[in-house]
Amino acid sequence: MSIPPDSSAAPARGDIERSRRSALAYCGGMALLVALAIVAASSGHYPLSLSQIVAGLVHGFAADRSGATAESVLWQIRLPRIALACLVGAGLSAAGAGFQHLFRNPLVAPDTLGVSSGAALGAVASIYAGAGAGLAAIAAFGGGLATVALVMALAARIDTADRLLTLVLIGVVMGSLLGAGVSLLKFVADPYNQLPAITFWLMGSLAAATWGQVAAAGIAIGVAFLLLNALSWRIDLLALPEDEARALGVQASRLRAVVVVAATVATAASVAVCGIIGWVGLVVPHMARMVTGPRFARLLPVATLFGAIFMLAIDTLARTATAAELPPGVLTAFIGTPLFVALLARRSA
Amino acid sequence: MLAVQDLAWGFASRRVGEAVSFALGRGETLALLGANGAGKTTLLRTLLGLLPPLAGRVEIDGACLSTLSPTERAMRIAYVPQAQLPVWGFSVVDTVLMGRASHLPAFARPGRADRDIALQSLATLGIGPLARRPVTELSGGERQLVLIARALAQQAGTVLLDEPTASLDFGNRLRVLRVLDRLRGRGLTVVFSTHEPDHALMHADRALLLEGGRPLAFDTVANALTAENIERLYHTPVRMVEAAGRRVCVPADDADGVRR
Repeated sequence: MSIPPDSSAAPARGDIERSRRSALAYCGGMALLVALAIVAASSGHYPLSLSQIVAGLVHGFAADRSGATAESVLWQIRLPRIALACLVGAGLSAAGAGFQHLFRNPLVAPDTLGVSSGAALGAVASIYAGAGAGLAAIAAFGGGLATVALVMALAARIDTADRLLTLVLIGVVMGSLLGAGVSLLKFVADPYNQLPAITFWLMGSLAAATWGQVAAAGIAIGVAFLLLNALSWRIDLLALPEDEARALGVQASRLRAVVVVAATVATAASVAVCGIIGWVGLVVPHMARMVTGPRFARLLPVATLFGAIFMLAIDTLARTATAAELPPGVLTAFIGTPLFVALLARRSA
Repeated sequence: MLAVQDLAWGFASRRVGEAVSFALGRGETLALLGANGAGKTTLLRTLLGLLPPLAGRVEIDGACLSTLSPTERAMRIAYVPQAQLPVWGFSVVDTVLMGRASHLPAFARPGRADRDIALQSLATLGIGPLARRPVTELSGGERQLVLIARALAQQAGTVLLDEPTASLDFGNRLRVLRVLDRLRGRGLTVVFSTHEPDHALMHADRALLLEGGRPLAFDTVANALTAENIERLYHTPVRMVEAAGRRVCVPADDADGVRR
């Protein structure tokens, strides 16, 4: 209606193209995720055929011994692990997308404010104190949240012109402090019992996935995602310099705190159930942004979906590539680093 | 409408300026002049409510600025910063839509009506064809116009612009200044800071000259921008000459060479 007459002559590039590609990436990604999930469900030490999986899912497995084994492999081992891999990948990359938007910096990761280091210290301390896996997960979740709360409280007390930079600096410094704490605990830990458990936790693993973990992480990550999604249009305004956002009527510091809390909860929940998984939160939002453009409302769903795909692919590879399981945290870095460098090179070209 | 009474501004640790009073009505334009570091930008930030005044008060449309919520402020007064290269390449229309933030609840997304307002703002400034381009691909002058369009979409009665012509080429400067005239013509109250006395003479009704944070003059542009005041402001000799039926400010040593 009030579209200026000359705009019809304008090249319909940029925005329309981005919108088309986003829709395509979303549909294609969904199909890829389903296909990947089927591959993941069928492959492993006890292979299941596609017809077995479908038959088992639709009308239960045969009531004989091999049917019972197949059922327990599928329902007790494969499916929770698939669900947890998807959740962790989705949570980390949704959080990464939020943080990158917030700090106006595409090189920021979800653990920039120290959530992973805090979670690591929490988990390592509880393992050192002799706690089991369940308690370690709770300690990790609490440690992650407490660290970010502390970082934000400290940053709020320092009055500087560049608040975001202060926040990142304190996060980075706090992260290295807590890293030193982890090193200290590793140094004093019992090298035969505790140290392997600590090292194993720090490398991250989805091998012990349970439906309970899926439910707990699913609630935390789901709530965080819904909150970020509901605020997605307004989150775009955080990408502006703070003065501009405030002059547009946005309560920038409050909105920023909400985004930090949501992203931190998602990250802490991911780390609590599977240990430290690097790179996903940094690389995946990047790849998604190349498809969708910077608009958070478009970026968030695609980044979340890509995260689930990436993590499921990595975890499936980690448990099937060699006879012994590879730690997915190591694989993400091995695959993530060259990918990231390639993306940066493409961007500068 | 913008009224300032005995305003002192700056930071808790450092007072930047003081003793400024003025009142502007609808359709009036104020040019803010002063040497680098005279406190122009900090004054603009205080007028926007981004910094609390250290003393005195700012009234916007009859309401005291400090009693308004951020949303209410944004509906009354809009800000056009100097165009920087943005980090993310939002499209032009998405950038202008951000001007609608104060009109929308927290969880809402802009709708059709907001989109129409955004496109209308772009059309008003003659940059409708840019609507779908990423802002990162625009020239500095185009980006400045986009930021003005965003302020228009905000539908506030007062617009503050921080050196809107800085770092623009000659043609873009004139385009932006003509846009300022058009804003005034639409009944907006406009305040812009500038380093060019000629821009103030041609495109503003009043001028506020700041010297070290204190007002040197606040008057109509003809009365405030005398050779004497400009020399005092910038510590360099100038002379006012008539050219094309207007008074313009030229450096004195050049003018001496040409000789009247």
